[in-house]
Amino acid sequence: MRTMMQKLREDVRLKEGLNACMGCGICTAVCPAAEYFEYDPRSIVVTVQSGNEEKIRKLIESDTIWMCGQCMSCKPRCPRNNCPGLIISVLRRVSQETGAFVKSRLGRQQYLILKTIGTNILETGYCVYPASVVPETHPEQGDVWKWIYDNKEAVYERVGANLDKEGPGAMRKIGRENLDELERVFAESGGQTLFTSIVEYSRAYAKESGFVDANGQPDMEKYTDFLLNEDNDEK
Amino acid sequence: MKNSQVNVTKEIADDNYFYLRSCIRQNFFPGAENVFLDILKNKLGKNIIDNANHTSCTGIGYHSDIVPYETYQTMVARQFALMTEHGFRNAAVSCITSYGGYHEVLETWKEFPEEEAKARKNLKNATGRCFEIPENISHSCDIIYRFRHDIAELAKYKLINKQTGKPLRIVDHIGCHYAKIFPDKGVGGAEKNTVLSAVVEAWGGESVDYPERRHCCGFGFRHYLVKNNRSYSISNSKKKFESMEPYCPDMIVTNCPGCNMFLDKWQYALAKIEGKTYSGDKNGIPVLSSEELAALVLGYNPWDIGLQMHQVDVEPLLEKIGFDYNPDEKYLDANGNFMGKPEFIGCLD
Ligand code: SF4
Ligand code: SF4
Repeated sequence: MRTMMQKLREDVRLKEGLNACMGCGICTAVCPAAEYFEYDPRSIVVTVQSGNEEKIRKLIESDTIWMCGQCMSCKPRCPRNNCPGLIISVLRRVSQETGAFVKSRLGRQQYLILKTIGTNILETGYCVYPASVVPETHPEQGDVWKWIYDNKEAVYERVGANLDKEGPGAMRKIGRENLDELERVFAESGGQTLFTSIVEYSRAYAKESGFVDANGQPDMEKYTDFLLNEDNDEK
Repeated sequence: MKNSQVNVTKEIADDNYFYLRSCIRQNFFPGAENVFLDILKNKLGKNIIDNANHTSCTGIGYHSDIVPYETYQTMVARQFALMTEHGFRNAAVSCITSYGGYHEVLETWKEFPEEEAKARKNLKNATGRCFEIPENISHSCDIIYRFRHDIAELAKYKLINKQTGKPLRIVDHIGCHYAKIFPDKGVGGAEKNTVLSAVVEAWGGESVDYPERRHCCGFGFRHYLVKNNRSYSISNSKKKFESMEPYCPDMIVTNCPGCNMFLDKWQYALAKIEGKTYSGDKNGIPVLSSEELAALVLGYNPWDIGLQMHQVDVEPLLEKIGFDYNPDEKYLDANGNFMGKPEFIGCLD
């Protein structure tokens, strides 16, 4: 069996993101997530650098790695040219591949992101798509967005976009051939495997936690509801 | 000298661009992308192609970690393949996440050729496509920066308060992935970035510094995408607004579509939560991208370029500039029919 450290090292970004950390804490000082959460990118880097299997295992099962906002503010400031944000992304990959992510509340949310952004990507060719920014779940988008949403066709046409139509232009319909290519890229390059891993570990966790239907199978609608309402208890 | 303090003058291609659109910009500010193309083609006489076959680069999925790096590299390779097939070597990128992503992939390939070989193989197997490495990757703000003086010469308006005759006070917000990942890829580097301030000054405005200028807008990818986590996002934007407030800015200029959206919408949400704005009025501080600002100084009709899609009303800004526009056309559709209007615009009743 490969060790945690081997799994992390398989990702080229570990080499790119970790030279030698001197534990100065500049990354933590500049990090917006460290200001918001009880969170310390320095200690993540130090743990990975230590190569301590047990500590790394605990790390990828924890909420900690999911607190980073991936802003990369840490990158230009690190005197040793490390990139904690990149190291964290590698930890997240391994957490999802090994199923460790379901052990933490923030980690479990990956299922929600897969269901929204992952679905948008494969079904529309966009990460964000107007019909999926539903005003009820996006109250922060305000009344102007609600008006746009309710009058999508007319508003997008007025500003010269090409919503859901053939040809080039903003928000154009991305044709079937292009979506097929995108899907094949995902199949060929590991994207589909990661999607499946997130879904399968989430299903197993849902079942284990009692979110099941009449046949004892995982009920992912109930599980999604649970994730959407899971308490924020570390703040 | 630390890498973040390098005074960067980066290379920005001057013609023949392959346009790569942004998911977020198309969604929330599609008029900004259209007018960018129009300015390049019809005002500056440049050649830029808008290709229907490119898709999302999947960068938001990548940074929220549901898309692995190998897949991301292959998606980027596909965009490069489309460029190659059309005979283009210069990318003009609308999105800051993509912009950082394309550079990240290219840097990886430089240092680890086996990763490039893998991406080539993945792309070939999946799509049959091949690609050449682009010669230049520029963001739309780079291109506007490069032609800022040409735009100033063609401009109908200056960024000057018509009543007082004083320059508009403009704060900028640079998207984190524009220069923090690779400081040498952003005009001025990461700490002293000048890509937007130089544009503001070239068009008559005053670029105003503020303490949290380099702080993240708070997108945080997974932190905005998951509703329960959004307080992270709004807290970071709030920190920026509090930092700007004492400097009384007339507007915020951005280069990143996501930041533009957050800085616009979070002012509204904060007003609903706290009952306050950071602008000294009820409207809030208008937030415009460099594309939209270029279009305004060039005198484009604000409703053609989609400024009615902003939550913070842009009309007070238009008034300050002395812009000749018709408020009655704000909510007319392409055929001149009224399409209804938002129940509420701005931040506070
Ligand atoms: S990653 Fe860099 S900034 Fe952070 S503690 Fe280590 S050396 Fe310091
Ligand atoms: S990338 Fe993550 S660790 Fe680095 S500054 Fe941003 S939030 Fe902090």
